[in-house]
Amino acid sequence: MGKKITLTLRVWRQQNSQAEGQFATYKVTDIDTDMSFLEMLDVVNAGIELQSGDPIAFDHDCREGICGMCGAVVNGQAHGPDRGTTLCQLHMRHFSDGDTLVIEPFRSRAFPVVKDIAVDRGAFDRVIQAGGYVSVRTGQAPDAHAVPIAKEAADKAFDAAACIGCGACVAACPNASAMLFVSAKVSHLNLLPQGQPQKDSRVFNMVNQMDSEGFGNCSNEYECEAACPKEISVQNIARMNRQYLKAAIKNEG
Amino acid sequence: MATRKTGLNSNIPDGPMAEKWESHKFNMKLVNPANKRKFNVIVVGTGLAGGAAAASMSELGYNVQSFCIQDSPRRAHSIAAQGGINAAKNYQNDGDSVHRLFYDTVKGGDYRAREANVHRLSEISRNIIDQCVAQGVPFARDYGGLLDNRSFGGAQVSRTFYARGQTGQQLLLGAYSALMKEVNKGGVTLHTRREMLDLVVIDGRARGIIVRNLVTGQVERHIADAVCMATGGYGNVFYLSTNAMASNVTATWRCHKRGAYFANPCFTQIHPTCIPVSGDHQSKLTLMSESLRNDGRIWVPKKKDDDRHPNDIPEDERDYYLERRYPAFGNLVPRDVASRAAKERCDAGYGVGQTKKAVYLDFGSAIERLGKDAIEAKYGNLFHMYQKIMDTNPYTQPMMIYPAVHYTMGGLWVDYNLMSNLPGLFVLGEANFSDHGANRLGASALMQGLGDGYFVAPLTVGNYLAEADLVDADTEDEAFVEAEEGVTGRIEEMLSIKGSRTVDDFHRELGLVMWDKCGMARNERGLKQALKEVRQIRAEFWEDVNVVGTEGSFNQVLERAGRVADFLEFAECMIYDAAERKESCGGHFREESQTEEGEALRDDKNFSFCSAWEFKGVGKKPKLHKEALKFEVVKLTQRSYK
Ligand code: FES
Repeated sequence: MGKKITLTLRVWRQQNSQAEGQFATYKVTDIDTDMSFLEMLDVVNAGIELQSGDPIAFDHDCREGICGMCGAVVNGQAHGPDRGTTLCQLHMRHFSDGDTLVIEPFRSRAFPVVKDIAVDRGAFDRVIQAGGYVSVRTGQAPDAHAVPIAKEAADKAFDAAACIGCGACVAACPNASAMLFVSAKVSHLNLLPQGQPQKDSRVFNMVNQMDSEGFGNCSNEYECEAACPKEISVQNIARMNRQYLKAAIKNEG
Repeated sequence: MATRKTGLNSNIPDGPMAEKWESHKFNMKLVNPANKRKFNVIVVGTGLAGGAAAASMSELGYNVQSFCIQDSPRRAHSIAAQGGINAAKNYQNDGDSVHRLFYDTVKGGDYRAREANVHRLSEISRNIIDQCVAQGVPFARDYGGLLDNRSFGGAQVSRTFYARGQTGQQLLLGAYSALMKEVNKGGVTLHTRREMLDLVVIDGRARGIIVRNLVTGQVERHIADAVCMATGGYGNVFYLSTNAMASNVTATWRCHKRGAYFANPCFTQIHPTCIPVSGDHQSKLTLMSESLRNDGRIWVPKKKDDDRHPNDIPEDERDYYLERRYPAFGNLVPRDVASRAAKERCDAGYGVGQTKKAVYLDFGSAIERLGKDAIEAKYGNLFHMYQKIMDTNPYTQPMMIYPAVHYTMGGLWVDYNLMSNLPGLFVLGEANFSDHGANRLGASALMQGLGDGYFVAPLTVGNYLAEADLVDADTEDEAFVEAEEGVTGRIEEMLSIKGSRTVDDFHRELGLVMWDKCGMARNERGLKQALKEVRQIRAEFWEDVNVVGTEGSFNQVLERAGRVADFLEFAECMIYDAAERKESCGGHFREESQTEEGEALRDDKNFSFCSAWEFKGVGKKPKLHKEALKFEVVKLTQRSYK
């Protein structure tokens, strides 16, 4: 059974992408430690609504840690203090009575703020559009057993494919680099036989799109891996760098 | 003017069951390849059905406008499906076939699905797996590098393909990647963070939609030659469900108000293995894949109100009630049966945990038999999730579970072509009613979503476009003006109420009424009462809700208010349907219709039909149309899992 705690929230409030933002302070009492972080925000917002104020905007949908919609930086950590956990799966038992929580959006030049904690991650979609697919049309596929895939390769591809596209890696990186996201996407397909025919153009185009979206460079800080709720490995970055180099050389040749 | 069909013609092709789809494909009209790009198709929703349909229609050459409520099409709620996807591949050589999958699905649906649709789904199930593998979906594989299968949800063959506990995610990422490929090519235009608020009907045909841009608040008009709805189910009418927070009935309800029939709305699926409610703050429920029932054993104490720690209750004082009641299927009985049995035990006073609304799901003997590592390899992510939420360790003490609303078999009525009675309006995936009858089998939702999206709608929409005689129209048409005015008027009205209660407060109240009186068990008296209460809540909503903020901004309260307002209208339709169907079948249990042992009792003589409701005005009883279900192949029997 959860206990009740009292917290001070310092929340980033920003009307829209153009407006200036600032922190606002909220004192919240009677927070049941069995609540999830987002349920705690629901309670705060219900209070604001009852006073006809402006509730805190935040993105969320599945609340099961899989859709990648939620996310905030809590006391400097993307998705908060619990490792391998999205904000929606973070429970208030990880906080203590009297704590102050500083809650900010995932900040990056490539992620404009929509309102308060909600940001626009359309840049990720555009990176995928540049090559995050196998160009097979509906109905063209051979029998699923036509190409056996070694279990290890399939498992490795799966590990990379588990990325939920939340953007925590970007928020955690001092340079706001998207290398972990992009490399996970590249690795997922480039590790599989189905991904081979387009492997060079894929890595080349996706990396170039990433650069043009305004994400920063990777300087091997590994903060991304630590913040990733799905614990995607930075090995994907090394793999992508090798593949990119090869593809770039081929592209010039 | 296109004549709206008043009767129900399901347009099932002639011929033997196994040849219907093939011959229908041959008989369909084709659009000349050069003409395809002149046609515009709107697809609302980017889950498995919508994403797959939008991508496939773009590949065929149509201009596709794709809309989603989230910030990216990759976040649609299909992503949360855990367990797997069925396909009649018979890779395990255990006797599976198209016919068996077809038969199991019709039977599992308690004989309330249309045979021809189900047969088609079983046929194309095989193509789905091929397609997904070609896209790079990393399904589980065995050491030989071939695809692994498991038996799932009571099936007696292993036909379920899976990707750890994240099958929905991986399939959705596959459909999303196909969609992104087509966006890049220019065939699909993506509209994210848009909510559909009305359907536009011109000359008797669905020709467009009104959406609200959720970031700017701008209300937009979009025109097309056909409209596909792939907007999911209405489980959130119960407030607490395993659906995502934004899942709603608005899009399909607005189509209904424009003339599309709503079919079998009372058929809702309550999933047996969810994490129990912990308190009033609860915003949603979390499902754990029922694959857990393959190794977990379900029990309650034999003694009422037994407060001992589960590990202190000796073996002979535990009631493994599913194994006791259903020796042949044991813990693997279908979802509806497992859910009701849990409710029965809890209602009788044998429930466990703080709220007494839970039963144990115990892995003790499986761990003893197979070892902790084997269990971890199979269910590690689920155990991890459970531990995070409940703060107890399922490796050392039993999990607690309770049923929760999970899926809705009902939806907009469609014919064999997935077209509603409103010409030009196609409905795909969970949003339609077509394939699961009164109860959906595990791992069949993903199959249906992708089947509709990849392999059915792209062809049947083409067939419609080839034949349809569409009038010239633009977004200045009267119908667009009227629909937009309706949408903005409703938004202004909600904002002007400035009452004293929050939107969620009303939603919660509605949810409780629906759960208590139109949930796992229903009876005439309760349904009558529910109807009164829903009307009361709706009246109060329009008098006393406080929708803060403005229309011209990112306003999540306003978004929710619109959805709750529609749930409050829709709930009535659901209650009418539940009251009308006086038999028990599948997920619909009428207390008046049960056997002496408390099992569901179907009434084929009087209720072998699909109910399709026609809108007659808010607060007015809708008109019932019946589509008689004819069974040519499957023999009707009372389901028995003893
Ligand atoms: S809300 Fe879906 S991952 Fe958090």
